[in-house]
Amino acid sequence: MSSLLDYFKISKTSSASLAKERLQILVAHERVSHNQPSYLPQLQKELLEVIQKYVNVDKDAISVSFEQDEHQETLELNIVLPEHQTRKF
Amino acid sequence: MARIIVVTSGKGGVGKTTTSAAIAMGLAKKGHKTAVIDFDVGLRNLDLIMGCERRVVYDFVNVINGEASLNQALIKDKNCNMLYILPASQTRDKDALTQEGVGKVLEDLSKDFKYIVCDSPAGIEKGAHLAMYFADDAFVVTNPEVSSVRDSDRMLGILASKSKRAEENKEPIKEYLLLTRYSPERVRLGEMLSVDDVQEILSLHLLGVIPESKSVLNASNSGIPVILDEKSDAGQAYSDIVARYLGENKPHRFIDDKKGFFGKLFGSK
Repeated sequence: MSSLLDYFKISKTSSASLAKERLQILVAHERVSHNQPSYLPQLQKELLEVIQKYVNVDKDAISVSFEQDEHQETLELNIVLPEHQTRKF
Repeated sequence: MARIIVVTSGKGGVGKTTTSAAIAMGLAKKGHKTAVIDFDVGLRNLDLIMGCERRVVYDFVNVINGEASLNQALIKDKNCNMLYILPASQTRDKDALTQEGVGKVLEDLSKDFKYIVCDSPAGIEKGAHLAMYFADDAFVVTNPEVSSVRDSDRMLGILASKSKRAEENKEPIKEYLLLTRYSPERVRLGEMLSVDDVQEILSLHLLGVIPESKSVLNASNSGIPVILDEKSDAGQAYSDIVARYLGENKPHRFIDDKKGFFGKLFGSK
């Protein structure tokens, strides 16, 4: 009788579908990070240092992302400034 | 000019050497003069799988260093006179393989052979890099299992960027998926990723599925490539793969559970 139960059990979340879901998320994430130029972390660090000279931002306030499609490569820089800007100078 | 095939996976233990031995034998059996090279320096094993471990005198590194000629190092297979094996060296020197040296050996082999099968070591170190660097085609061996699929995806990224073809802006390496150790029954029960799942994630052209099979261990025990076990499911699956690679139209087998509807309902394990 166990095989009859097995047959209907498939509709429940199977471990295979869990594996697929986890892999899809992981692979998508890793493909993006592996295609990035290797200078990106250093660029982000140096940009942060320059910005911090003028504005009080913490290190999470800056993000650099790199995207690539068939026609162009885009380097996107995002800086979140504090609500009440406290200028250093 | 020879066609250079790399058998790669990233992850270890998924069946690279088994596959290299099988497809090299399959190509040779079809009448194409084929050489199969073990790139796993320090951990040579292709010789065992091919059953020629006692005939190794010179190896790949000896040839690169000019200590032996290619003809001295190549071992003629005992089952097929169109097949030659170039064993890896057992040296612990990690830098024994050089890009120049490997390139020269492949160039020399290309003059005489139709296909050159490069059995890559696991990992992404130098041996794995050099095994894929000169390739025209890549057979990506994958198990229906999360870590293997992830590593295969990683290898695809490396194939696309760190090969001779990529560096010279030539037509990219042709990549094929070989799904090994597949169990249709476990897929039916929702316990294993299906062929479709893996293909959806890796978006690769499927060359074939090799079912989980006792014949693979039997073959390695006796040092005879499993493709010569013509009665076995794995042997037939590899024969199909070789035929498909050579352009024959073979429908896929070993993907569906053999049991029919009533088998599923009433059949036990």
